[in-house]
Amino acid sequence: MNSIIFTAAARLLVALMFVFSLFMLLRGHHLPGGGFIGGLIGAVSFIVYSLACGPAEARKAIRISPEVIAMLGLGIALLAGMFAFFMGDPLFTGQWYWVGGDSYETSAFSLNTVLVFDIGVYLVVLGGILSLSYAFEEET
Amino acid sequence: MAENSDPNAPWKTVSGIGTSAITALLFLFFLQYLPTIAAGDPVRWVVPWIPSLDIDLTFWIDGLSLMFALLITGIGAMVMLYAAKYLAGHPQYDRFAIYLFSFMLSMLGLVLADNLIALFVFWELTTFTSYLLIGFSHAEPKSRRNALQALLLTAAGGLALLAGFILIGVTQGTFEMSELNAAGSLVGKEFYTLILFLVLAGAFTKSAQVPFHFWLPNAMAAPTPVSAYLHSATMVKGGVYLLARMHPSLSGSDLWIWILSIFGAVTAVFASFMALRQTDLKQTLAYTTLMALGTLTMFLAGSTGYAITAAMTFLLVHSLYKAGLFLMIGVVDHSTGTRDADLLGGLRSAMPITAAAAALAGIAMAGIPPFLGFIAKEVAYAGALEMHLWLFIVPMALIAFALMFAVAAIVAYKPFYGPQGELPHEPHEGPWPMLLGPVTLGVLGLLFGLVPGIAAYYLIEPAVAAVMGASDEGGRVKLWAGFNLPLLLSLVTFGLGYLIYFKHQGLRERLARIEAKSPDLDASWDVFLDKFMGFTKLQTRLIQTGVLRQYMFATFAVFALTVFVTLMARDVGGLALGLGGLGFMEWGVALLIIAGIVLVVLTSSRIVALVGLGVVGIGVALIFIMYSAPDVAITQLLVELLVVVLLALAFLKMPNLDPTGEQKHSFPNAVLAVAVGTLTTVVVLLVVDQPFDRRLTDFFEAASWTEAFGRNIVNVILVDFRTLDTFGEIAVVAVAALGAFALLKGFARARNAKGGEK
Repeated sequence: MNSIIFTAAARLLVALMFVFSLFMLLRGHHLPGGGFIGGLIGAVSFIVYSLACGPAEARKAIRISPEVIAMLGLGIALLAGMFAFFMGDPLFTGQWYWVGGDSYETSAFSLNTVLVFDIGVYLVVLGGILSLSYAFEEET
Repeated sequence: MAENSDPNAPWKTVSGIGTSAITALLFLFFLQYLPTIAAGDPVRWVVPWIPSLDIDLTFWIDGLSLMFALLITGIGAMVMLYAAKYLAGHPQYDRFAIYLFSFMLSMLGLVLADNLIALFVFWELTTFTSYLLIGFSHAEPKSRRNALQALLLTAAGGLALLAGFILIGVTQGTFEMSELNAAGSLVGKEFYTLILFLVLAGAFTKSAQVPFHFWLPNAMAAPTPVSAYLHSATMVKGGVYLLARMHPSLSGSDLWIWILSIFGAVTAVFASFMALRQTDLKQTLAYTTLMALGTLTMFLAGSTGYAITAAMTFLLVHSLYKAGLFLMIGVVDHSTGTRDADLLGGLRSAMPITAAAAALAGIAMAGIPPFLGFIAKEVAYAGALEMHLWLFIVPMALIAFALMFAVAAIVAYKPFYGPQGELPHEPHEGPWPMLLGPVTLGVLGLLFGLVPGIAAYYLIEPAVAAVMGASDEGGRVKLWAGFNLPLLLSLVTFGLGYLIYFKHQGLRERLARIEAKSPDLDASWDVFLDKFMGFTKLQTRLIQTGVLRQYMFATFAVFALTVFVTLMARDVGGLALGLGGLGFMEWGVALLIIAGIVLVVLTSSRIVALVGLGVVGIGVALIFIMYSAPDVAITQLLVELLVVVLLALAFLKMPNLDPTGEQKHSFPNAVLAVAVGTLTTVVVLLVVDQPFDRRLTDFFEAASWTEAFGRNIVNVILVDFRTLDTFGEIAVVAVAALGAFALLKGFARARNAKGGEK
């Protein structure tokens, strides 16, 4: 697809959509969003980019190969689940740590394995879909 | 002929010394249980395994399992040490050591497991590990073929065994063998005959009873230490162990007595003749092992004290002398380069220690006093005389033991005395790691014979008690039992055996002629396998057409049929469509979806059809938005988008739709589509008709914030309450992506390799 308008717009759109996908990932625990939706939006953003500039360019832009991203995501999700196991809880129990307090209300912010797991989901969806679509595009 | 061995290669490797040291430690560990078990207190360990199915990993040590455990670990340690030297310098020795060690552990699990399911798992593990061991010389087609034969035969028996075990568990309400045996005999109870046949199918294939015997001599393709271990002391005894273990539950019926007596006796006599017929000493020993297995089965047919004592004593003796003889043959093979009985002779001066070890094992095998082998034979005759079918058993035992006497002389006497033949190598004495096993085992056979009380008190009588179910007076294992019928039979055996040895060259030729004329089960096996492969190819061609359209048609047709049949069988009442409550918005979305469908059906362009499907998807997403499920709606929209993009990319590479070809299929496709659509609608209406169960919804609404600190319930369910499900799903996503990636890339590469042709 050799449209200058599409190529130029894609560069801007990709950045915006990608940031939006991160936003959707992070807000997911309370508002519509989450790792699954975020990952899908992220994947769409890079697919737009590859349609505009070609898969080779898109692969260069994403730096890490999508298959690696998917496997990394799976590993992160597993580690997030294993963490509970090492803490003595059943596998995949969410672990919460309140920073600056001892409950949700009193703490400044929280560290938790639930978000880490969601990041894993995000990466698997992003990497999985991208590896599929790039393979399709490159298969000529 | 010895497998890739190098006398100068270092043999003190971690894998060799390590495995044999661990096994020796295990032997010492089990040794400490001797006094407890001899006093009549079985030990039981329980580890919960699959609590939801009531399957525990229970281990049970009584006289029977302890005797087996000691044989497995004791002989195992010596065989592993032996193998370290025997295969020193072999490029794949480490792999071999791991196979052998895993086999030892599986075998140990098999004899110690109390739960039938656990026993089955270990049973199969021994099958797999022995497959790896028999096929160790995997570069040779014969080795692979024989390994596969052993695997298929014993695994088929294993499946029958599993069915038998499940029947036992379901009808008796327990899978624990100790409870089953304590609860009394199954004879006459429901399904007894079926259970018996299934269990015997497993035991007979594993212990190579005629007509399943042919895999065992073929399994001699394995390196000699494997033959010594698997095919003398352990794996093939697995079936005998099972028969002994289940003896209290299954024995006593006419069926049990007849089947075990006949199969055992026929196997024993057939195998002893075949042993005489062989010239390769390893093959000779393979057939004598068959003879021992047959004899053991035959005695387990009985339930009297003497019959069981005979089985247990013979089991112990046989393990000791047969492992020793196999190891001895390995030393001779290693040293001279041949195992041919006609070539070997006069090795005594070059290999004095091997000759002594061979003599000890050979005398035990021949059953000459004061060795334990003699006692075993005495008890065996006493047991045979007590059997129901004694008129049949006693002559069969006599023939088998007499032939055994002759074979013992051929294996253990002839290679070391008389004139030396033409040998490929100049003989020399074996190294000590290879002599330790044969010498120790031989000396034990003599010691147990001289002081039978020790073997009887610690090993044989506890095992007999375990098989008979306690209450047994013992005291049958004696070196001198007085002048009686068994002694007379023993003397007849010696005379007959001596005669056979004297004439064995002529007999061998006659046997070879008979064998040439009789049907060859081994060859029929190949024919059977070929025919079976032909059949599978035929049915694969019929079912796997490779046309995606046909697969999809079959899938949807099966779906429609099953739903239809279920609905008919359930006899559902009337259905109300309830279209009254729909407003302008709902009607609008419905019309949008219908318009999309009409577009898909009528168009002749793939891209237009794809867009039509996209319209349908977006309509569904709109419905989600109307009923306030934003997460689902967003996901649906994004997935629709991606599906359109991915399919469009795929369509670029596909040929255009063929209108005439399409018309040919359109009628059946339309019928199927309407059927699936109608049935799905009916099912959805039926589901909606049910009162909505709010329990889960209420729980998630209440707990989402208090327990998981999240206000988006959908997300909280995904990443907290149902994390394991989500993990499974993303694993599927990752694996599916990888699989598709590999397929597409591999396809592209294959095409590029053909010079970029389309």
